[in-house]
Amino acid sequence: MDWQQGGFGVYVHWPFCLAKCPYCDFNSHVRAGVDQAAWRRALTAEIARVAAETPDRQVDTVFFGGGTPSLMEPETVAAVIEAIGTHWRLASGAEISLEANPTSVEAGRFRGYRDAGVNRISMGIQSLDDRALKALGRMHSAAEARAAFDVARGLFDRVSFDLIHARQGQELDAWRAELSEALSMAVDHLSLYQLTIEPGTRFHDLFERGRLKGLPEPDLAADMYELTQELCEAAGYPGYEISNHARPGAESRHNRIYWRYGDYAGIGPGAHGRLTLQDGRTATETLREPMSWLSAVTEQGSGESLRESVSAADQATEYMLMSLRLAEGSDLARYAALGGTAVSPDTVAGLEEAGLLWQRGSRIGATRTGRPLLNAILRELLA
Amino acid sequence: MTELSKIRNFSIVAHIDHGKSTLADRLIQSTGALTDREMKAQVLDSMDLERERGITIKAQTVRLEYTAKDGEHYVLNLIDTPGHVDFAYEVSRSMQAVEGSLLVVDASQGVEAQTLANVYQAIDADHEIVPVLNKVDLPAAEPDRVREQIEDVIGIDASQAVLISAKTGLGIPDVLEAIVTRLPAPKGDRDAPLKAMLVDSWYDAYLGVVVLVRIIDGVLKKNDKVRMMQTKATYQVDRIGVFCPAMLTVEELGPGELGFLTASIKQVRDTRVGDTVTHERRQTDKALPGFKPAQPVVFCGLFPVDTNDFDDMRDAIEKLALNDASFTYEMETSAALGFGFRCGFLGLLHLEVIRDRLEREYDIDLITTAPSVVYHLHLTDGTHSELHNPADMPDVMQIDRIEEPWIKATIMVPDEFLGDVLKLCQERRGVQLDLTYAGSRAMVVYELPLNEVVFDFYDRLKSVTKGYASFDYAISGYKQEQLVKMSILVNDEPVDALSIIVHRSKAEMRGRSMCEKLKELIPQHMFKVPIQAAIGGRVIARETISALRKDVTAKCYGGDATRKRKLLDKQKAGKKKMRQFGKVDIPQEAFINALKMDG
Repeated sequence: MDWQQGGFGVYVHWPFCLAKCPYCDFNSHVRAGVDQAAWRRALTAEIARVAAETPDRQVDTVFFGGGTPSLMEPETVAAVIEAIGTHWRLASGAEISLEANPTSVEAGRFRGYRDAGVNRISMGIQSLDDRALKALGRMHSAAEARAAFDVARGLFDRVSFDLIHARQGQELDAWRAELSEALSMAVDHLSLYQLTIEPGTRFHDLFERGRLKGLPEPDLAADMYELTQELCEAAGYPGYEISNHARPGAESRHNRIYWRYGDYAGIGPGAHGRLTLQDGRTATETLREPMSWLSAVTEQGSGESLRESVSAADQATEYMLMSLRLAEGSDLARYAALGGTAVSPDTVAGLEEAGLLWQRGSRIGATRTGRPLLNAILRELLA
Repeated sequence: MTELSKIRNFSIVAHIDHGKSTLADRLIQSTGALTDREMKAQVLDSMDLERERGITIKAQTVRLEYTAKDGEHYVLNLIDTPGHVDFAYEVSRSMQAVEGSLLVVDASQGVEAQTLANVYQAIDADHEIVPVLNKVDLPAAEPDRVREQIEDVIGIDASQAVLISAKTGLGIPDVLEAIVTRLPAPKGDRDAPLKAMLVDSWYDAYLGVVVLVRIIDGVLKKNDKVRMMQTKATYQVDRIGVFCPAMLTVEELGPGELGFLTASIKQVRDTRVGDTVTHERRQTDKALPGFKPAQPVVFCGLFPVDTNDFDDMRDAIEKLALNDASFTYEMETSAALGFGFRCGFLGLLHLEVIRDRLEREYDIDLITTAPSVVYHLHLTDGTHSELHNPADMPDVMQIDRIEEPWIKATIMVPDEFLGDVLKLCQERRGVQLDLTYAGSRAMVVYELPLNEVVFDFYDRLKSVTKGYASFDYAISGYKQEQLVKMSILVNDEPVDALSIIVHRSKAEMRGRSMCEKLKELIPQHMFKVPIQAAIGGRVIARETISALRKDVTAKCYGGDATRKRKLLDKQKAGKKKMRQFGKVDIPQEAFINALKMDG
């Protein structure tokens, strides 16, 4: 089965945050007094429902994302992991990640998460500069982030953190200094995202009204991306994906399932899944609004809002879109087997000649030069 | 049929928003042509809207029955005309079909440019003009000032101006009385041979071609055999009638009356605006003066963005041409754009109307190439020919001389903008013929090369005069000039659809401007794209579009697969709106926008 080339992971979405960040377009909601016991029951019920459709699977990875999953009580996390192990089968050495905000309150729960089975923490540090953190609407300070990071490093073998660059008013040298500091702290993995103004966010609102000042020009943003690749490579954290860097072997196995176009179950509100069922690969989606999802699960036994079979051609396109993000690239043979319309050898040769693409056997991938142009490359390849 | 003395034919001249449509509605309503229930707001405005959408640019008439204070029963015919210089001839025919005009001016805004352009046409047609000041109920109304302005600027007596509020209905009876008492009755001889002017015509899906006529002499009846004196075609009339505003069949139309006829005419192309309609048996000895055959003065190439649409496009163009005698077409092949049509138009607005109709009504995405005028080529072998398309320009060695069409342009402008207008004309190689004043308004007459006017002169004129200038022109003749063909190369490949013919003295400036424009219009590619303007083999201007450096999605996880796929589909659809030249995608609108000059 095609999905086996990517593996199988379970994504668990915790939709609550203490505050909404102005750049974030994820499914997150600010709510007081979340009834964790009710959510525990609902999440485990959903796990049972999806597992019944995909029996006998071994779960390679689990990922708690959000929202802010570090607002979950450790008991909730433990119950979810236990349900996954019961209804499916957890692979030995399965990667179990949890996204955490770097505040002292949350750091206090890290031990509980570890005892529940979490073995990898991904921290939303976003910046090591207090002014930038404020502009990004974050509730922690750089010092607090460093302290929380130290707690995580003492408890987990695998710790990653996120930084946002190409921010308002950011200069190339400032980013060089910030990233160098991050690399000196880093454990095994870094996610380094360029700030993107997404529709539906407060930044987008401001941007539309011309009130989001100081965003870097495209040339500076391109320089920052290039600098990021250089510094990370030199420090032993090559980019294995467009925005992700890791020591070899420390890549996020869960996220790699998406990029290798494996199967994944989406548990929780607004979670997406790709599941190979009896009638082929199926896209699933759950209700986005937390309370609607909760009552649908509780009262109707399912939070699902969409189920759609993905056509052969669309599967091939999705595979290409996702896998070309990886340094390891895509397999044209797998793309063809999925049912993709043939990629023109002339197009590939042209992109190769332009230094944007490499080709080895049936595999192609974006070069260092090509990576920041991936969308343009995909438009050519999938034209 | 109505007695001549009981007929009044008139048009309404007004600036947009000054209340022409509302006044027309009030007149229709208060004469009972439509009951209140039938009266949907702004009957004529819905026609304006159609015009704006480019569906029709046609004259419209309404016949109103009115019992005046003298107790007599009158028939009032209102004719509504389009007002654009491209259709100046059609408008002049409509104006010839009536004897008077209501000049509607907003009592707070005063006289505006568009009013002037139209009022001068009414004056040219010897109309009696009744000034009407609208919106006098508004606090900002200054009827005395506006009256004075009308006298100063237009030079007609405004002391008897009718004060109205079309919105509230105030003064409407006075307007009706003024029409009857102040406008002249038409003249005509019922016993003379039939002489009628073809004012306009259009295609109706149920009736075939509907011909709007004004009877000058004689009587037109159903089943009459009529003859069009210019086209020499004869038809048997199968229906005659008037617009009330709905079509109403009548027994006959006599002198002074406006109405329609249908006669199983298949194509609008067979009817010519300004033609004289007479009886086949008893013909009038003299056709009406002023007939001009429609002559396209602007040509451009129209190509489907998607080459697969060519057959659909051919069908659409053939259908459109049936309904528009002033538009010509022939097939054209472009190395860059493939198969398309070289089309001729009355002017740029006409071009836009036809293009919009093709795109909207027939759902075909089009590339419009640079508009061109008709050049006369004299070759060294002694032959000569017409050149409609820069791409067809022969080798310079074979050309003895090239002549281009010139126009005589008349521009009316408030004197505060005169300097800018003179500068604009000068920039366009104009030669001043006359400059006179009427009050605070200047009238300048210039001779200008049509190719400098055809593209964006009117837009520029409007912009430098804040809309206060009026503009009219007529072709004055051909002159030999130093003309060269300028080619545009994109990524080192010539794009024939972008080549233009330009005066040698302007070549460098135009070349620079086109390269700069194309630099903005063509999206960045993954490689550098040089853009050059060249005459023969010599590059006269050059720009480079820098290579795209970053176009990548920062975050892409499990939930994004569908979204990314849909985004890619959308981008692919966007790419279909571009044409590929070598490796470069050029958006469809670039072909026309590259020509726009900012100043």
